[in-house]
Amino acid sequence: MKDFWENAFWAVLKRDLQVALQRRVEVLSGLFFFVVVATLFPLAIGPELELLRRIGPGILWVGALLSSMLTQGRLFESDWQDGTLEQLVLSPNSLSLLVLAKILAHWVLCGLPLVLIAPLLGLMFDLPTNADLILLVTLMLGTPVLSCLGAIAGALTLGLRSAGVLIALLVLPLFVPVLIFGAGAVESFAAGLGVQAHLSMLAALLVVSIFFSPLVCAQALRVALE
Amino acid sequence: MILASYLLHTHSVSQSYVLEVQHLALSRGGRKLLSAINFSLKPGSWLHVKGDNGSGKTSLLRVISCLAPADAGEIFWQGQKTVADKEEFLRNIHFLGHKLALKEELSPLENLLANCCVMGSPHSKDELVQALHLMGLKGREHTPLAHLSQGQKRRVALAGLRLSNALLWILDEPLVALDTPGVTLLLSLMNEHLKRGGAIILTSHQALELESSGSVLHLDNSSFPHKNLLSAQV
Repeated sequence: MKDFWENAFWAVLKRDLQVALQRRVEVLSGLFFFVVVATLFPLAIGPELELLRRIGPGILWVGALLSSMLTQGRLFESDWQDGTLEQLVLSPNSLSLLVLAKILAHWVLCGLPLVLIAPLLGLMFDLPTNADLILLVTLMLGTPVLSCLGAIAGALTLGLRSAGVLIALLVLPLFVPVLIFGAGAVESFAAGLGVQAHLSMLAALLVVSIFFSPLVCAQALRVALE
Repeated sequence: MILASYLLHTHSVSQSYVLEVQHLALSRGGRKLLSAINFSLKPGSWLHVKGDNGSGKTSLLRVISCLAPADAGEIFWQGQKTVADKEEFLRNIHFLGHKLALKEELSPLENLLANCCVMGSPHSKDELVQALHLMGLKGREHTPLAHLSQGQKRRVALAGLRLSNALLWILDEPLVALDTPGVTLLLSLMNEHLKRGGAIILTSHQALELESSGSVLHLDNSSFPHKNLLSAQV
């Protein structure tokens, strides 16, 4: 068991979490952004419960999307600058696996907090409890996809000056399916229709992106280092 | 220095060499940097790559460590092409470049713990602490790297080098930022490594005196920017 925890995958995951603990502001900024965006809408629109209930899921999903995009550019940036990335490429372990560890760390830091706080923000939109839970499930399935796609963009734009804008242009179109099925699930639940189709699609997107994203990232990182 | 033709007609790769480089050519940013690089390293020997700024020292080391592709030529590790079994080759090398692969936010101990695991040679905490002590970092094991000097960070990286069980060390300017005792420490590390049968390739602008036999590879592309015949034989 001890060997299991000593392997490279966990070492990379642990290091990223440790570094994030020292840079709490950067991690929390994404979460605060999400909270602020979600809070602004009810304040601006006013207490029209019917309207809020209708737009709630969409706004929370767009907020989660933008917030995870904010934090994504840094995924490989600091590793690239301090040479850690070179060591990952030179590791005898599979680079894809190590990239997956980095993506997982990013999701734990930037995705999971959004998932957990979203039901609370849902209350501001007067979402019924069941719809709130569906929102939680869709975000649970959807945010890892966002992390995976964002990682690809981060790897492709490594070392570019205007990486931030480019990441947005690259990633936002790719986020569209996740947004449609994520927000759609909550809406169709509210309309009394089944949510299984939406959730299945989200889960399928998740499986595909977990499989392919590390492979694509690894290749992009190798090219970036040449 | 022996001309490249020496190896041209002996195409077979000898087993007694750990690393053999044949007719290597590489370019950087579309410009041809080096061509016809030939050298080989036996266990317990070292190669000093010399050259002016921009002559391609770092690029050469990066190509040898499989970080960048070569334009032409072959690199053999113990008789096998490095690209054929990259995992085996990577298991056997330790690359220390300009960037030290250390996180400013973490302590030397945490950095070494992660790096050793990633490089496939996990060590116990006691071993890591001991390595740090031997590098003169006693009392700094838990200080975040941001509070250490450039030379001390180098020493942390050297502690990692000491713990590595790689056969071939590839060191890019290892003497940078080290004080005199630091240089002495590094030299003794290298001597130990060579005595154990390891091999070293390094770049440095300073002359190095190591106990075992070494050779020098001069990279000189100032007079013939497109045509170099360079070789060294250990």
